[in-house]
Amino acid sequence: MNAGRPRHGLHLLEPQQVRADFPILSRKINGRRLAYLDSGASTQRPRAVIDAVDHYETHLHANVHRGVHSLSQLATDAYEGARDRVRRFLNAASVREIVFVRGTTEAINLVAQSWGRSQLGPDDEILVSALEHHANLVPWQMLAAANGARLRVIPIDEYGQIRFEAFQALLNERTRLVAITHVSNALGTIVPLQKIIAAAHHVGVPVLVDGAQAVAHAQVDVRALDCDFYCFSGHKLYAPTGIGVLYAREALLEAMPPWQGGGDMIRTVTYERSTWNELPYKFEAGTPNISGAIGLAAAMDYLESLGIANVAAHEHELLAAATSALMRIPGVHIHGTAEDKAAILSFTLKGVHPHDLGTVLDHEGVAIRAGHHCAMPLMDLLGLPATARASFGCYNTMEDVEQLEAAVRKAVEVFH
Amino acid sequence: MQLTELYREVILDHNRQPRNFGRLDPHDAEARGHNPLCGDQLTLTLQRDGSRISDLRFEGNGCAISMASASMMTEAVKGQERPVVDALFKRVHALLTDPAAGSEGLGKLAALSGVREFPARVKCASLCWHTLNAALAQADAADAAATVSTE
Repeated sequence: MNAGRPRHGLHLLEPQQVRADFPILSRKINGRRLAYLDSGASTQRPRAVIDAVDHYETHLHANVHRGVHSLSQLATDAYEGARDRVRRFLNAASVREIVFVRGTTEAINLVAQSWGRSQLGPDDEILVSALEHHANLVPWQMLAAANGARLRVIPIDEYGQIRFEAFQALLNERTRLVAITHVSNALGTIVPLQKIIAAAHHVGVPVLVDGAQAVAHAQVDVRALDCDFYCFSGHKLYAPTGIGVLYAREALLEAMPPWQGGGDMIRTVTYERSTWNELPYKFEAGTPNISGAIGLAAAMDYLESLGIANVAAHEHELLAAATSALMRIPGVHIHGTAEDKAAILSFTLKGVHPHDLGTVLDHEGVAIRAGHHCAMPLMDLLGLPATARASFGCYNTMEDVEQLEAAVRKAVEVFH
Repeated sequence: MQLTELYREVILDHNRQPRNFGRLDPHDAEARGHNPLCGDQLTLTLQRDGSRISDLRFEGNGCAISMASASMMTEAVKGQERPVVDALFKRVHALLTDPAAGSEGLGKLAALSGVREFPARVKCASLCWHTLNAALAQADAADAAATVSTE
């Protein structure tokens, strides 16, 4: 996922205009201008997404796939239109491969409980990396506890990069799945998926990708990647919370048993037994998050109107500027220095706990994440209780970087 | 709300140089406290003489609020009888959560009053007190078991 650079001498993104598209960014925090640097936890929504959800709620809402009345048809068209929008965004072959879920966590749990329970048995191995978020670790631990499978961890080097040779050595005839992140939420490392997927497929092992930190920052083409499962959340892609996507190859989904039972996922039901609906509805029991799906489609329209490559290039400039700004401050240590890195900057300040840093920064209007980033095993590996993390989105500007630097200097002043 | 209300000089001082820091061996009770939100961790060891805390120490790592609160707590409860400790816990809890609570007679612990303006940090300040309660409950249980066995 190499980010395209802006064309020579030409700025394709107008940062102030993009910032103005996001109403929340004009509010004050503790009396200061808001520098929102926590997009890795959740992005803000542009006016276009807020309006699309509002339009749906105001004019189109009814339950989907049920009624013969006009509103139900309008809601169904909007919801299924959103599914096709997601298919185009990911360049998937068919809408049958796009399952709406609550988010990345639910997508991974669905695969673990449906595919995992039906395909894995005692001594089968699942490979995850040391970089994983709890969402791509705990579901596999639960599966392993239930069916006797084993979890093995691909190590990383001192820069936070996957040790590829170690990965190759871990791949063996017992390996049934590689479940790996696209971008590390804690360190920003971009994982070389092409190489990993090719090596896994070479020995017939499918690959699940946790794309939560990647989809809003690089063009993801599931057919070019050749991944088997790709999971992401809408709220990290400028869309509402409670909506996400599981992409999976059609043949895999066909073979998988349903996960949750209920309305919409069935074809026929008697008191004794049921038959399942076609894809992707077999995996969408109950009334879905219709407005969320519509918001997600609007967010994808918005992001593509900016140009994902332009956004990536802009974020990369901000990352470089923030990295050198923080490195100028004595006592700052940056964690995660992979060669290929997304706009996530994890750091600590000597003598100041990340939570105190978070409080001082918040007081200065700078919103960052402080903590273990839902990656406790990785923090243990790094020997850190927590880090401070600044993460960037399309709406960030150089002013945000300057505000971050000034606020960290303020923390130095308070604590020394 | 000013930052200096939260990070008062006495808190910064106890964070830089925590009192009663380390481990007490032998000890009558040991308890671990963990705040998963922040990753604050502390281990408390104490010795009792009847119902009096004769000595206690803590070790661990965490934010300035959790470290300073633990340090000041050890100073405040060392040598105190159980009813005094229980009453102090109630007063500190009120100080952290109730805007109407006063801080008269709390000594250095009064410096924690700024924490209630930062709701996300209340758990940092109260972690050490909950850990102390767990250690005392453990010592009580050990005493009760010892009493049974001698009967």
